[in-house]
Amino acid sequence: MKSKGFPVTISTDSAASATVEEFLSRPPSIGQRVHSVLHRYPALSPAIVLILAVVAFSLTSSRFYQLTNLSLVFQQVAVVGTLAAGQTLIILTAGIDLAIGAVMVLSSLVMVKLASHNGWPGVPALIIGAAIALLAETITGLLVTRIKLPPFIVTLGMLSIFTAISLIYAQGQTILLNPGAFLLWTGTSFSIGSLHLTYGVLLMLGLYAVFAYALRYTAWGRHLYAVGDDAEAARLAGIRVNRVLLSAYVVAGFAIAVAAWILVGRVGGGDPNSGLNANLESITAVVIGGTSLFGGRGVVIGSLIGALIVQVFDNGLALAGLDPNYQVLAVGILVIVAVSVDQWIRSVKA
Amino acid sequence: MNGSPVLEAHGLVKLFGRVVGLDAVDMTLYSGEILAVIGDNGAGKSTLIKCLSGATIPDRGTILLDGKEVRFRNPQDARDAGIETVYQQLAVAPALDIAENLFLAREIRHKGFLGKVLRMIDTGEMKRESTEQIKSLGISTLQNITQAVETLSGGQRQAVAVARAAAFGSKVVILDEPTAALGVRETAQVLKLIRDLRASGKAIILISHDMPHVFELADRIHIQRLGARAAVITPKTHTMEDAVAIMTGARPGQVEADAQYPERKVASPESKS
Repeated sequence: MKSKGFPVTISTDSAASATVEEFLSRPPSIGQRVHSVLHRYPALSPAIVLILAVVAFSLTSSRFYQLTNLSLVFQQVAVVGTLAAGQTLIILTAGIDLAIGAVMVLSSLVMVKLASHNGWPGVPALIIGAAIALLAETITGLLVTRIKLPPFIVTLGMLSIFTAISLIYAQGQTILLNPGAFLLWTGTSFSIGSLHLTYGVLLMLGLYAVFAYALRYTAWGRHLYAVGDDAEAARLAGIRVNRVLLSAYVVAGFAIAVAAWILVGRVGGGDPNSGLNANLESITAVVIGGTSLFGGRGVVIGSLIGALIVQVFDNGLALAGLDPNYQVLAVGILVIVAVSVDQWIRSVKA
Repeated sequence: MNGSPVLEAHGLVKLFGRVVGLDAVDMTLYSGEILAVIGDNGAGKSTLIKCLSGATIPDRGTILLDGKEVRFRNPQDARDAGIETVYQQLAVAPALDIAENLFLAREIRHKGFLGKVLRMIDTGEMKRESTEQIKSLGISTLQNITQAVETLSGGQRQAVAVARAAAFGSKVVILDEPTAALGVRETAQVLKLIRDLRASGKAIILISHDMPHVFELADRIHIQRLGARAAVITPKTHTMEDAVAIMTGARPGQVEADAQYPERKVASPESKS
């Protein structure tokens, strides 16, 4: 008996599935449309929040929307904003760096101490300080990729290690640089009309431009998303996953080095107790900015918007004469809302 | 269909400690045919496929591609040589769009300064080529090439994975349980796609547990049992009951269909191998 098989021909498109076809081809509901737009533009929801916040604070205080005040917001956001750019790369790979601020502080202390105590010229001091940040992130990246440690645990350890090294290295003291020192260039301001920006702000914006380009228009950027999305699928597709992961940490190290230089400009030197909250603030900015903690989703510009939202709340509430603790409260709520929105975007099919 | 095999394996042996994964397995594959590989769990199907796709290195034996010996150290080597694999777990990046997925890990860069210095990828060119590729495969279910893969159904995702494997001048496409995770309707789409691939002259290895699918699609069926090749049969000469009997060892198999292909001589299941 030749059983030539249960016929598995393409006979499923019968009348029975016509209703299914009709169901599938009905116009999308409003919820589905919103979902699909947010899915395509992850920075859209934080951008709307930022605009609403700016409008609301402009209504409560006439000083808020003055260019001088908005310039201040940008100057205040430069350090955390730059760190958040680096943090974004790591979070896109489904990792996290809890030590990003601690590494920045050590990097800035090395720059300042070499320049002031050891009398080094600014440029080599800057390069060695930056090298510290790159080295620290390379070690983190190697521990994550080679020994397969979870990024959370590695960087939790790194946080303690680098905080301790900073305090020991600086002997608990703040070191101030002489005005006009090269390392303070990032804190130097310039004016366009009544807009007063520092070169540090420009550095930050430049870094965002470079990262946004690299993530969107280079193979490296696309691979970063693919690895963060599904590392095993990326490996089977022929991507060298470990190399991409390591590169994310090293490039984040570069962002940390830039942040350290901006920090030197803001502090006017090196302070081992500065940037204590920067570790978590950078993560907050990234999350509010619409990047998924599960990796593979988000845009770097969202993190700048996230950092700005936090700063705008800080500044706006102060100008409105409200208790600054409301800012902490508001940021907490925003984080939870942002993660909920992300969960919704990732769950449903568009 | 040409007479000489595109891919051959001779005496492949793979040991995992004391467990014999592959016991001197031979295999031949011709262009324009679908060779199904079936067998019980642990019969060596996956190990055989992994050796051919570079995911595992055999302890002994040779693999010939177009008559020349090849040694794959990793999946990328096999891919470069023209052997593409569609894995059971869909190897697609959900957040990237269809075009980006087709070109994942082999992106096209712009020419000149943009590509060389700024390393900019040529999304326009990638979209154009993807559209062409999908059209030539006749995949009508994929409409919008810039759609994120996660918004696609399982069948559409599998179609992306198959299109990816079929693109870029591959000679051999290995499909590992391509319909295992799919519904009836989506399965039908993928089966059609596999037939279209064969029609385009590619050599296809299909691993499946689904006997009706195997008997419907395959030109020849390679049966693995206990790490060794038990038989090579054709759906024309054998029934599903015969195949199951050989798979389980209830009946001895033989490899005649392999040697006689493409003439497809009738092989009797009763004769000794």
